Amino acid sequence: MLPITRRLLANAPRRLQAVSLRPNLALTTVARASVTASITRSAFSTFSKASFAATLSKDKAFTADKYPHLQRNQEFKKLADDDLAFFKSILAPSALTQDEGDLEAFNNDWMQKYRGQSKLVLKPSTTEQVSQILKYCNDNKLAVVPQGGNTGLVGGAVPVFDEIIISTANMSSIRSFDNVSGALVCDAGCILEVLDNHLAERGYIMPLDLGAKGSCHIGGNVATNAGGLRLLRYGSLHGTVLGLEVVLPDGTILDNLSTLRKDNTGYDLKQLFIGSEGSLGIITGVSILAPKRSKAINVALLGVSSFEQVQNAFKRSRDELSEILSAFEFWDKASIDLVKQHLVAGANDPLESEHPFYILIETSGSNKDHDDEKLNNYLEGLLTDEVVQDGVVAQDTTQFNNLWAIREGIPEACSKTGAVYKYDLSMPVPVLYDMVEDMRTRLDENGVLGEGKPVKCVVGFGHIGDGNLHLNIMAEKYTDEVTGLIEPFVYEWTAKQHGSVSAEHGLGLMKTGALHYSKSPSMMKLMRNVKDMIDPKGIMNPYKFLP
Amino acid sequence: MSNNLRILVATKRVIDYAVKIRVNAAGTAVETANVKHSMNPFDEIGTEQAIQIKEGLEKAKTGKAEVVVVSCGPAKVQETLRTALAMGADRAIHVESNDELQPLAVAKVLKAIVEKEKPDLVILGKQAIDDDSNQTGQMLAGLLNWPQATFASKVELGEKAMTVTREVDGGVETIKTALPAILTTDLRLNTPRYASLPNIMKAKKKPLAKLTVAELGVDVKPRLEILKVAEPAKRQGGKMVESVDDLVDKLKNEAKVL
Repeated sequence: MLPITRRLLANAPRRLQAVSLRPNLALTTVARASVTASITRSAFSTFSKASFAATLSKDKAFTADKYPHLQRNQEFKKLADDDLAFFKSILAPSALTQDEGDLEAFNNDWMQKYRGQSKLVLKPSTTEQVSQILKYCNDNKLAVVPQGGNTGLVGGAVPVFDEIIISTANMSSIRSFDNVSGALVCDAGCILEVLDNHLAERGYIMPLDLGAKGSCHIGGNVATNAGGLRLLRYGSLHGTVLGLEVVLPDGTILDNLSTLRKDNTGYDLKQLFIGSEGSLGIITGVSILAPKRSKAINVALLGVSSFEQVQNAFKRSRDELSEILSAFEFWDKASIDLVKQHLVAGANDPLESEHPFYILIETSGSNKDHDDEKLNNYLEGLLTDEVVQDGVVAQDTTQFNNLWAIREGIPEACSKTGAVYKYDLSMPVPVLYDMVEDMRTRLDENGVLGEGKPVKCVVGFGHIGDGNLHLNIMAEKYTDEVTGLIEPFVYEWTAKQHGSVSAEHGLGLMKTGALHYSKSPSMMKLMRNVKDMIDPKGIMNPYKFLP
Repeated sequence: MSNNLRILVATKRVIDYAVKIRVNAAGTAVETANVKHSMNPFDEIGTEQAIQIKEGLEKAKTGKAEVVVVSCGPAKVQETLRTALAMGADRAIHVESNDELQPLAVAKVLKAIVEKEKPDLVILGKQAIDDDSNQTGQMLAGLLNWPQATFASKVELGEKAMTVTREVDGGVETIKTALPAILTTDLRLNTPRYASLPNIMKAKKKPLAKLTVAELGVDVKPRLEILKVAEPAKRQGGKMVESVDDLVDKLKNEAKVL
């Protein structure tokens, strides 16, 4: 409950004459947030992060032991005293982490799926320091893993063996903001939510938003080409990033921190680093174009009888809400059942009855009256034509947050259910949900799905607007039997639909072997050539990304 | 036993609780232009309570209730009334006024409405979160010479009477009062419902009567003058200390607590 209270108290000045009321109002919110337990949009990631430290298990297997096909590249040097002496000569003592307990948080991903064995974390605070570190590592063949907020889902930001972790945590200053163009220039280690709050005070908004925004770093977002909730409206980072400052493995600082919207001079090299997952260099600075923050925001939650009707509602939203539509999310009944089971105490369900599918629509625009009218007409049309069965519209910010918290609580509820097999697929919208149903059928036919069986449930949710399905399969534990039933089936199925095996989570360690389902041999060969040219010694985030 | 009630609920349109409040440049008021407004949370609880009473009577087949919501202010307050109608109120009354309305003025307006509508129960939020006056309900009880049950956290309705649990310092107090009466709501009374799509559509067709302060013959002239509005002092950020000695030194010389 604490995050809500704290968030509200942070707003305390808003009621000027009655400081004493604030704690009371916080209590109202707690009571009304019952659908979502303690989770609000901003508190979500913090929550995950906090529980993370508490659940670290000492005896968890190392990634290297779990995946025996991975072998340490013996050409890489092992960390020695002379290396430490060099790092100590360029960094402050507090910028080196060697304590075994402290290292745990950097060696483990938050899903508790991967565990590396690094003995050293470096937290440089300037681009020059990053350059010196990389040059030294490259000269001495020391492998490195760049790490931001460590909120990734595919094991891309944690070491596999003893790679040195280079964290962007100490690079967190905002360098400049242009109030006319909306161009923000900042260090790679700035936390997404901090940037968004900085922009909010100036009437702007970050063009991306995701559940982990309270922990994730903008550099990591760019390096993984993170998608998230605002992609539908503002597009991907390939469009909103204006420029990057990148340190190459040999220590070269590539200063391309442009704030220009237009620049057709030569290859657009920054695009190579967006989504490169630390395989080519370390992003140290980001220039990103922030849109104006909308004054009027509405959220509606709808209950729908079939996936076909979900698609109908989406098609009509593009007609009737076009320019104000800012999110169109869906989830199935299995998802909300988990949210109710794990995050709800004495719930006040927004919708009176249960539905096979749910839609969350967000609009944001510049004029509340206009937006209300458009949204009401749209919703009335859906109800009259029986596209949707029921729905609610948030009347105030509490309800707004509570409705969003259901959507954002799904991954959280999944991880509380058991070991989660997470797949993040993009494919044509009409076949999107067939994937979930086919997976259920397959697991059921093989006798592993259901009460008392290895797999507890299969849920589907995601961003309809982006053709992005999050398929989560909750099992008692990760086993070869279950893994064998899911993979490569899920990837082959996706490939047949010409979909992508990773829509927004990236490849990391998890999907390296699945790359060929989405990319042709000639494309993979060119990627390998690019990697070998920029990182000839292969020290950057090894064992991952490219097979 | 049959119980036929009319319940009047007073609602106020205020700046949404989650909005960060800013004082205007002149230091005379808070900025309200282009700021999200919602129904006062305590009034939402009041509206919910009235609807629950109505639904309770209908379900138990022991009577009927009509829920009438009222709000005073400029044309925009109709948004708040529509929200209450979408939650389930039966009809709305908008008393139009573009002047500043202080608690006494609102209490007088409500008295005039009570005399017209003759409700059995009037529900108000214990206070509005913009001015935090916590006066209107009590003043209305005084003007009408009605009994009042303030800060209610639980309400049980009997025939021509109600039992109310109130939150007081150090515990709860249970009182019984005859109807008609004034009830003001506290936070734990209930959790307001969401406005459902079918109800939002129905709400558009529900009657919303418009009156003016002049038609009611009420003098709403402000009795209090606001001299100055200021933001609370900004909280100073924490400081890291290097050593225990440093800490002791700061406690002695800067904080002066040792």
